[in-house]
Amino acid sequence: MSDSVQAKQTKPVAFRGGGFSPIHIKWVGLSVFVTLILVLEAGTRSGFISNLTMPRPSDVGWTFVELWTSGLLWKHVLPSVSRLLVGATLGASLGIGVGILIGLFSYIRAGLVPLISAIFPVPKIALLPLFVIWFGIDETSKYALIAFGTFTPTVVSTFGAVDNVDRSLIRMGQSFSLSWFSIVTKIVLPGAMPGILSGLRVSLAIAIILLVAAEMLGAEYGIGAYILQAGSLYDLERLFAGVVILSVMGVTVSAVIGFFEKRLLGWRS
Amino acid sequence: MDLRLENIGHSYGDMEVMQGMDLEIPAGKRVCSVGPSGCGKSTLLRLIGGLEQPTTGRVLQIGEPPAESLNPLTFVFQDFALLPWRTVEGNISLVLEDHGIRGKQADAIISDVLARTKLTEFRKALPKQLSGGMKQRVAISRALAVNPAVMLMDEPLSALDSQTRELLMDDLVSLWTREPFTAVYVTHNLHEAVRLGHFIVVLSRRPGRIREVVAVDKPLAERELGDADLEQTQKYLWNLMREEALAADKELINV
Repeated sequence: MSDSVQAKQTKPVAFRGGGFSPIHIKWVGLSVFVTLILVLEAGTRSGFISNLTMPRPSDVGWTFVELWTSGLLWKHVLPSVSRLLVGATLGASLGIGVGILIGLFSYIRAGLVPLISAIFPVPKIALLPLFVIWFGIDETSKYALIAFGTFTPTVVSTFGAVDNVDRSLIRMGQSFSLSWFSIVTKIVLPGAMPGILSGLRVSLAIAIILLVAAEMLGAEYGIGAYILQAGSLYDLERLFAGVVILSVMGVTVSAVIGFFEKRLLGWRS
Repeated sequence: MDLRLENIGHSYGDMEVMQGMDLEIPAGKRVCSVGPSGCGKSTLLRLIGGLEQPTTGRVLQIGEPPAESLNPLTFVFQDFALLPWRTVEGNISLVLEDHGIRGKQADAIISDVLARTKLTEFRKALPKQLSGGMKQRVAISRALAVNPAVMLMDEPLSALDSQTRELLMDDLVSLWTREPFTAVYVTHNLHEAVRLGHFIVVLSRRPGRIREVVAVDKPLAERELGDADLEQTQKYLWNLMREEALAADKELINV
């Protein structure tokens, strides 16, 4: 046996497995940001990128310093954050509530799903005039717009999540004669939580988009108003400062949801 | 409390899965039901446990369940059906909470059933940390916690590897010898059936009917792996089922 093996050519079996499983790599994301900014800075300084094409990152930084020292930063950020908080909380909680009802009751599902599908694709910003007539020109119409925009995607992801709860766990609950209420609160809701939270990531991003849109159409202060002002003056430094604030808001929202996922979904393998 | 099945028949739409079943499940006995795949073994169990309604016939409960029984008909499922977000302890307390049993009283019950299934040290573990055999032990201790009058076991060992299965079977035997309980045990594994059953109900292929009820008289504690007379019974059962299993295997499934 060993003779015949030696007589033949021997080589190790080539490895062809691996890959296709995302692993967590630190710092790469950050270094992409840093490199991009450094390239821009170098490009604008050397004149390779003209000042009209892209603002110089350090100038955007100075704009921030100005915003901070003049106190304008908080004057713009605070109203935006409060609009986002009120609108998104309203929309998301209503959306989760209605989504759960759709997931649990066939009649509600039959009645509401077509309606939700009908209003889902409507760009909510088109309805701002309507909200202004209904709720007035002040804050309430902005809350309503953001809430409405957050509501529909939350409903869709929530009832999807409820539908995806393992039926065998519900069967188990019934086999132990748990009450309907216990089955809903102890089996259906925790089981739907992963889907609800990942749905919130999408709906809250939509909420930020709508926040800016609403502020662009009628607000004195707010990130949207600030960006609009800067844009109409072609003041790219201020425009980008506004954009950076929005990105930070997006990252913060995502981090908050990530925190809840860690706290609430530690049981997932 | 005895159970009696009277002329049970069941269909899903046009497909008849079960026909004219009559069966007695006397208190204190372990009834194993075996049959080829798709013969409606698990459906039969769900009918007995009231998770599904038979198309014809009825399941009768004769006599009252013992007063201390919180949930007279209690299932043990093949896929364990543990809540992944609750610890071992939490999974057991889940079925006690609805009976208003909390705090010290619940603690005592949980400690007792965990000790009986050798799980005491896993009390705070999450299901994802446990092996398949351990998960099924948790499910069994959850079932024991509600003092069932009849345990309805739906292929409880089928998701486990053969070594774990052998170990868990020994545990089931010792559980039963210490405190006998009535059980209906559905399995496709003839070896499990002859090890655990007082009676073995052999079902035909779809539509399921009772072909024969085989009694195994040997006391549970004396049955061992590789017993000659058990082998004999197992062989007899296999001969009964062989043709059915072959035919069932060739059937097209229209569901």
